[in-house]
Amino acid sequence: IVGLGWFGMQTVTLIPGDGIGPEISSAVMKIFEAAKAPIRWEERNVTAIKGPGGRWMIPPDAKESMDRNKIGLKGPLKTPIAAGHPSMNLLLRKTFDLYANVRPCISIEGYKTPYTNVDLVTIRENTEGEYSGIEHVIVEGVVQSIKLITEDASRRIAEYAFEYARNNQRSSVTAVHKANIMRMSDGLFLRKCREVAEGYKDIKFTEMYLDTVCLNMVQDPTQFDVLVMPNLYGDILSDLCAGLIGGLGVTPSGNIGANGVAIFESVHGTAPDIAGLDMANPTALLLSAVMMLRHMGLHDYGNKIQTACFDTIRDKKVLTKDLGGNSKCSEFTADICRRIQDLD
Amino acid sequence: MINYIYIYIYNTLVTTYRLISMQLITYEMLMLQPPPAKYGGRHTVTLIPGDGIGPELLNHVKEVFRFSCVPVDFEVVHVNSALESEDDINNAITAIRRNGVALKGNIETNHTMAPSVKSRNNLLRTSLDLYANVMHCQSLPGVQTRHKNIDIMIIRENTEGEYSSLEHESVSGVVECLKIITRNNSLRIADYAFRLAREKGRSRVTAVHKANIMKLGDGLFLQCCREVASGYPDITFDSMIVDNTTMQLVSKPQQFDVMVMPNLYGNVVSNVCAGLVGGPGLVPGANYGRDYAVFETATRNTGKSIAGRNIANPTAMLLAGCMMLDHLRLYDYASMIRNAILTTMNETRLHTADIGGQGTTSEVVQSIMRNIQSKGPLTTDL
Repeated sequence: IVGLGWFGMQTVTLIPGDGIGPEISSAVMKIFEAAKAPIRWEERNVTAIKGPGGRWMIPPDAKESMDRNKIGLKGPLKTPIAAGHPSMNLLLRKTFDLYANVRPCISIEGYKTPYTNVDLVTIRENTEGEYSGIEHVIVEGVVQSIKLITEDASRRIAEYAFEYARNNQRSSVTAVHKANIMRMSDGLFLRKCREVAEGYKDIKFTEMYLDTVCLNMVQDPTQFDVLVMPNLYGDILSDLCAGLIGGLGVTPSGNIGANGVAIFESVHGTAPDIAGLDMANPTALLLSAVMMLRHMGLHDYGNKIQTACFDTIRDKKVLTKDLGGNSKCSEFTADICRRIQDLD
Repeated sequence: MINYIYIYIYNTLVTTYRLISMQLITYEMLMLQPPPAKYGGRHTVTLIPGDGIGPELLNHVKEVFRFSCVPVDFEVVHVNSALESEDDINNAITAIRRNGVALKGNIETNHTMAPSVKSRNNLLRTSLDLYANVMHCQSLPGVQTRHKNIDIMIIRENTEGEYSSLEHESVSGVVECLKIITRNNSLRIADYAFRLAREKGRSRVTAVHKANIMKLGDGLFLQCCREVASGYPDITFDSMIVDNTTMQLVSKPQQFDVMVMPNLYGNVVSNVCAGLVGGPGLVPGANYGRDYAVFETATRNTGKSIAGRNIANPTAMLLAGCMMLDHLRLYDYASMIRNAILTTMNETRLHTADIGGQGTTSEVVQSIMRNIQSKGPLTTDL
């Protein structure tokens, strides 16, 4: 937990992003102001620049701000196809060693999907696994991709998963794997999870095959609590769970790094077709900001904002287009601010 | 005369183009010939009971087949998953090479044993080169599900990809697992998918991949699919990234028609689709190779927790048996049994616990057999 800054306010690095990023970021700032949350925002841009030595890096002022504040909130970033620089998300991940991607998926009352009462969290290892990017062409027509699993990374993610479960009053952690086929790699991951589970006897630990999880998830998602898994399975499962509650437009996400750094983000795209038209839905970024408040220990503010947001959606009077209504983003935001002030 | 020359030249060019572009794929593969019937018109099929619910479900299949006087004899080969030696599975593979067709339950993989003890199911698939895993997910009217009107065919590459079982620990604490994608196998599976789509009158094939991250591996797979697609202009081809695919499957599964993908994504997508249409007890699966075919349940579960309690759903295994009969060209028997199963499922609505009913396995099987008796021409006594 970071220490309180000057005037009791905590500074958070805000990265508005591209496309609809700036409008949803300002919506979140307005809502935080209405809730009187003790957050001071420091806006930074993270468009990649070429540093000395020719390597792509994020601008030094952005890095310095994050290192100082430790907590960040990020909007959607676009990765231009022929820019030459790698994906911005990848760059941020490497710069701050963001090893855990946490996605809580909670059914939103008022936004109906075929699945109800979903309440699970996917914790995905974010640095290695199938996304190590190591590929070779052995001979013409044969390609080999390397999936890397290391003891340290597996232990680190398992420890984070159990810590998260303990801090958020979760009762069980399930490791998702395919150790029947990938005996050594997923076997190592599983062994580390088992070892860490020994130190957390208050939390139930189970293991399940990836295919069984998928099968059961679409039939009865209420049976799952916290899921921890390597990179690829995490990517697929976290998007599957996002689909259960209504898509990427309403799903929060957080990336936890070494040295206490945490960046919370919305995982949807930049939606360039509706950028600047006041039509965007700020729910995903708002819920990620709520996750951030909880991470910082400011649970009261987090609960207040989340309740106001869910109430607005449940009421169905001022919904944005993607949620089924035809109100503007500013109207949606204003309604949430009004509810927060009423709650006080 | 000139016309004949033109036709000859055209044919030669077409053949040459196909031979060059398809490399190892030959015309033989276009028609997977089932083995000829032996011993007086009766086929012999290898039966591998496996573990968990496999043995009891396969017994029910034998029961139904015997009752309906199906001219199939089963050669049972047991595979003990607790042993480290590979003799059992090698015997099973030899039996399948001999008979050409098999019906199997899932063999458990105990992953507390040493990593050198490989998955028996995987060994079977790769040794017999059963390169295509085909699964047809259809919403059944008698089963309550969240989504309706699903009709998806999933074709999954079955021998390479992440299931190559090539792993090593170069440094202590660092394990590398190799995922292999080859041009030949990708072309082969894409060709199989498009041929099947054309045969079944399907209009769209979607390739599922993660080529934005695995640029070389999945990039190669996608490129092969595109190449094959160009030879089938009547079928629409598009592609979708695997995480978006799973998201779309749980919100709007009706948009998908035929899907083709490498091994691991196939595992995820086929299980998601099986869950969408009602669960693992309903969908049969088939593994086709150039010379052999092995039939099983689509989601390949051992079902240890429900074994021996007479509550497993026999539908998937019985439908797999019907797929096998179709493969052996015993179409009449296949339709007779399949209709009886679907009548029990949709009209009589006798369901097992996994789809919300209270029937036992034996009750469902008895109902199916009664149905066969009322409609079929010749049966033994009930």
